[in-house]
Amino acid sequence: MIPERLVNAILFAGLIAVPLCALVADEPFTITLVTRAVILAIAAVGLNIALGIGGLVSLGHAVFFGLGGYAMGVLAFHAQTYTPLNLGPLTIAGTKSMPLIWLAATAISAFVAWIIGLLSLRTSGVYFIMITLAFGQMFFYFAISWSTYGGEDGLSIYVRNGFPGLNTLIPIQFFGLSFIILSVVLFLNARLQASPFGLALNAARQVPARVETVGLNPMRLKLVAFVVSGAITGLAGALFADLNRFVSPTMFSWQLSGELIVLIIIGGVGRLFGPVIGACLFVTLEHWLGGLTDFWHVFLGLILLAIVLFARGGIMGLLTGKEGTHV
Amino acid sequence: MSDPILATHNLRKAFGALTATDDISIDLNEGEIHAIIGPNGAGKSTLIAQICGGLRPDSGSVHLLGRDVTSDSTQARAQAGLGRTFQISALAMEDTVLENAILGSLGASGRPWRFWQAALGDRTLRERAEAALERVGLSDLRDTRCGSLSHGQRRQLEVAVALTLEPKAFVMDEPMAGLGAEGSKLLTGFLDQLRTEAPILLVEHDMDAVLALADRISVLVYGKVIATGTVDEIRSSPEVRSAYLGEDA
Repeated sequence: MIPERLVNAILFAGLIAVPLCALVADEPFTITLVTRAVILAIAAVGLNIALGIGGLVSLGHAVFFGLGGYAMGVLAFHAQTYTPLNLGPLTIAGTKSMPLIWLAATAISAFVAWIIGLLSLRTSGVYFIMITLAFGQMFFYFAISWSTYGGEDGLSIYVRNGFPGLNTLIPIQFFGLSFIILSVVLFLNARLQASPFGLALNAARQVPARVETVGLNPMRLKLVAFVVSGAITGLAGALFADLNRFVSPTMFSWQLSGELIVLIIIGGVGRLFGPVIGACLFVTLEHWLGGLTDFWHVFLGLILLAIVLFARGGIMGLLTGKEGTHV
Repeated sequence: MSDPILATHNLRKAFGALTATDDISIDLNEGEIHAIIGPNGAGKSTLIAQICGGLRPDSGSVHLLGRDVTSDSTQARAQAGLGRTFQISALAMEDTVLENAILGSLGASGRPWRFWQAALGDRTLRERAEAALERVGLSDLRDTRCGSLSHGQRRQLEVAVALTLEPKAFVMDEPMAGLGAEGSKLLTGFLDQLRTEAPILLVEHDMDAVLALADRISVLVYGKVIATGTVDEIRSSPEVRSAYLGEDA
């Protein structure tokens, strides 16, 4: 068994080393692939806070991923068409600035997560899954019919948004940016998990009755976790849209919500680097097997099956001998 | 005598045609252990749930430290000074003994909205938790996962978590359940001391413990309190003998 910290360190170093090697070998596509894995990892780290610590099986996290994507799409669209964005009483200009877009993406995702959380946290178990799924579908169909921003066809952004001092069109620079965000998010996640809030949330997943009898409100703890979780996944959505320079309703799809859950289960539920392993494996399989057959999801399914049956702690559990959290 | 710490007035709760608690008025005074006994299905659990906030009574009221808390949530009652232990251990099994105790000190502190500093590194939280573990004799196991504790140790931890709240009144739902003779004896000695800190409403099946500890006993049958009194009064009550022991008096 390998200590968890060592596994984390190796993963972290690998995520830096692979793009650097690709840079030297002049393989920009590999850098883009790693960037994709990093961004999916950010989204899954976000979900892991709700799912792994809070026990909230949200089958609607694509809502936040999509909101982040559309926050980027809408703001950049108005900037590239030089049209103002009319928000009822308020008219603002579009922007191509990543920091502003990230701020918008996290803020709107947090706000929507708060609303969805308030409504769906009254339920639990299968009902919670169904309600979050229903919200996901609402946003999906709304995006499809929103013709101003491309409807079903989605919305292309011609030039990647900018970050002060960087040329984000160069793959390694955009990778660096995404990687730093992943690192910050992982660091915040680690602090949160060890904090008093994390301890209480962890207990609220396992024994809500106990949490109540020590005078804390498990619902409120879970709501805050859901908001933090949604905000992080929203930020990942904005980055993902920028990576592809394209937003479409598929970012809201329930399949994407499902994939995020699968990433976490494969990597290790509730483990800090679980989503990172899951995302790396997912992107690798998608690329290698996807090149061989269109039915590569079959293999993903087999891996998932093997993990659920024989390694409940995911790959992280296999490596470190620690079980994942039980949801 | 001063006002009771904890009291119920004419509590009534029915589930359909079944009246689970029927007009129950009991009280708990400072320094005493008040035991509630009764056969299975007598309504003890329903009564506890109404006292602690899990169930809303159809009518009647619950008073804690002279204040009406009938419409307060479980959390609010805990904050007001009600410490509870569960019949079936309700502990975070994936967490360590110390983490479970710290959850209690965190509840007592009322400040869970801290996202940065490590919970285990917070001295105030930790000292309070370790003091409680020390008292029930679990200090050596502080880093053990709760899931690998023995049944008896879990019962001890249940009590320790309630202690971290430094409550004004305890409600204990069968704390002796599943303990061996030795464990029961130890816990009996502990509760005997504890009553001077805060009175205990004790629901218990272990009659040896009840007879050894209780200042007063209330007998609950079919949702009604059929008798309240000292150990001797209850022992000699013909009503109790007939209802509880199934004898024709």
